[in-house]
Amino acid sequence: MVMRKPASQASGSRRLALWKEAKKSLRRHWQFYVLIFPAVLYFLVFKYVPMLNAVIAFKNYSVVKGIWGSPWAGFKHFELFFHNPQFWTLIQNTLLLSLYQIAVGFPVPILLALALNEIRGGFFKRTVQLVTYAPYFISTVVMVSMIMLLLSPRLGIVNLGLKALGFEPVDFLGIPGLFRTVYVLADVWQGAGYSAVIYLAALAGIDPSLYEAAKVDGASRIQKIIHVDLPGLMPAAVIILILSVGSIMSVGFEKIYLLQNPLNLETSEIIATYVYKIGLLNANFSFATAVGLFNSVVNLILLVLVNLLARRISSTSLW
Amino acid sequence: MPNKRRAIRESFGDRLFLAGVYVFLTIVLAVVLYPLIYILSSSFSNPLAVSAGKVWLWPVDVSLLGYQVVLSNPQVLTGYANSLFYAGFGTVISVTLTVVLAYPLSRKSFFGRNLLMMFITFTMLFSGGLIPTYFVVKNLGMLDTRWALLIPQAVWVWQVIIARTFFQSSIPDELAEASEMDGCSDLRFLWSIVIPLSKPIIAVLCLMYAVGQWNAYFDALIYLKSQHLFPLQLILRNILILNTTASNMDASELLKRQQLADLTKYSLIVIASLPVLVIYPFVQRYFVKGMLIGSVKG
Repeated sequence: MVMRKPASQASGSRRLALWKEAKKSLRRHWQFYVLIFPAVLYFLVFKYVPMLNAVIAFKNYSVVKGIWGSPWAGFKHFELFFHNPQFWTLIQNTLLLSLYQIAVGFPVPILLALALNEIRGGFFKRTVQLVTYAPYFISTVVMVSMIMLLLSPRLGIVNLGLKALGFEPVDFLGIPGLFRTVYVLADVWQGAGYSAVIYLAALAGIDPSLYEAAKVDGASRIQKIIHVDLPGLMPAAVIILILSVGSIMSVGFEKIYLLQNPLNLETSEIIATYVYKIGLLNANFSFATAVGLFNSVVNLILLVLVNLLARRISSTSLW
Repeated sequence: MPNKRRAIRESFGDRLFLAGVYVFLTIVLAVVLYPLIYILSSSFSNPLAVSAGKVWLWPVDVSLLGYQVVLSNPQVLTGYANSLFYAGFGTVISVTLTVVLAYPLSRKSFFGRNLLMMFITFTMLFSGGLIPTYFVVKNLGMLDTRWALLIPQAVWVWQVIIARTFFQSSIPDELAEASEMDGCSDLRFLWSIVIPLSKPIIAVLCLMYAVGQWNAYFDALIYLKSQHLFPLQLILRNILILNTTASNMDASELLKRQQLADLTKYSLIVIASLPVLVIYPFVQRYFVKGMLIGSVKG
């Protein structure tokens, strides 16, 4: 670490040291700089230029005038959005769906991993892992089709089962109140095995001497789980929780879009799907970009907050 | 004496708990497995049986009719071919870009690596949004071309991170420095030494990108208009979710068509997922490894 010198001197000599280091690296690793060029270009063009393009949220974009020629509109689109009657419904749908998903989707993989960790390796354990991990690789389209087929009021297996038990068939995807439950359960079904693997990896990394100490102290399995397994999982769990919160505003957009139908729209319309419909289907570019920008900013704020919280409470955080 | 008693009691409680764990896992197994088996069975059943709701677990009146219909649909076949193309070509592009980004990032003497890392990871936190990205693609003239599916989503930051972690932990700096002193250029070192040593991580990258490409539909939805470019997932969406089919059956076939329609959906689902789910058991070990590496960095 550099020793503290008087400010001006310190920054001057540090800058000189940095510059020397840079030149050295450029000479020695010039090939690296050439190598990374296409990838950096990719990020500039497809990630950072769109951030610049997002300026149309503050303009009245006209196709004819282009991005930079279009006149300024200030916060007009944002105000339009906030006063739009749909605003609160959208926020509510987006947040409730995400929170519900985190509430169910966060503990389940942990439980699964803890359970798998309790049993010895063997055919059963490997089979469970293999099978629960598999749904993750089913594509969104196929997954949604499966949901639609299995829950179909006419001949979906679930409703056939209900009928056999004497109940009336339920149009699961047609009732707004059921939408969130259907989405969350399907999402957990698809993703739990995949997330469980991360936790299993964390569990595998726990110092075995901790287990021995627990055994010597006469801990039961449950006590061992509470006092050794769970703390060992904490870092991974915190990171995953932060990442989940960080995607609250963009939750499952592709899947939700496919699951939407006119009947469940009042619960299933989230901000991201709204942006797509208004923006690309209705060509209301400026407005949609404004809404999208609002979405991204809220997302970023949530991420920063949760990361700060994590740093205060535990020792792990994203940065 | 008290110790012995305590040991036995705990052992019983533990055994009970363990039994409970087994019950839990069996239920989980059944819950995950049943829909998959049901769909598989339905796809192999007689269309009448499926429509009548006779299928519960095993196929009823085994029939390949569903598959015949699906495989004779020209849209499905083009979609399949397109998806294979996008998955193959796209993976090559993505893995190449990922590796050339991750390797320099793993070398400590590479000036600017921290800046570069922040440059990349910031894009995970904030993005310009759907419309601005669409504009970029449009202005580059990529709309309605194959490039629109190959380039815009080419590099996933997560993949760069796990590749970098792998390089950092598996390619010792001493090795690189020694070869440098012997006059081996960075490029040659990467090509002749690093890459052969990195087969596990390259396998993971390939698999993740390939599966990602195979399963993707949204980019195709917003960027493509010409049907002959559609990947399989988009065709699937049209048939399975929008219920539109390129029907070249005449009116008298309508009743049969209705029953077939239900059946073909199941067969279509199986066919579309076939490549991924067949390779999956062999390959899941590598995915697991990838997740391990990635989560070590966190």
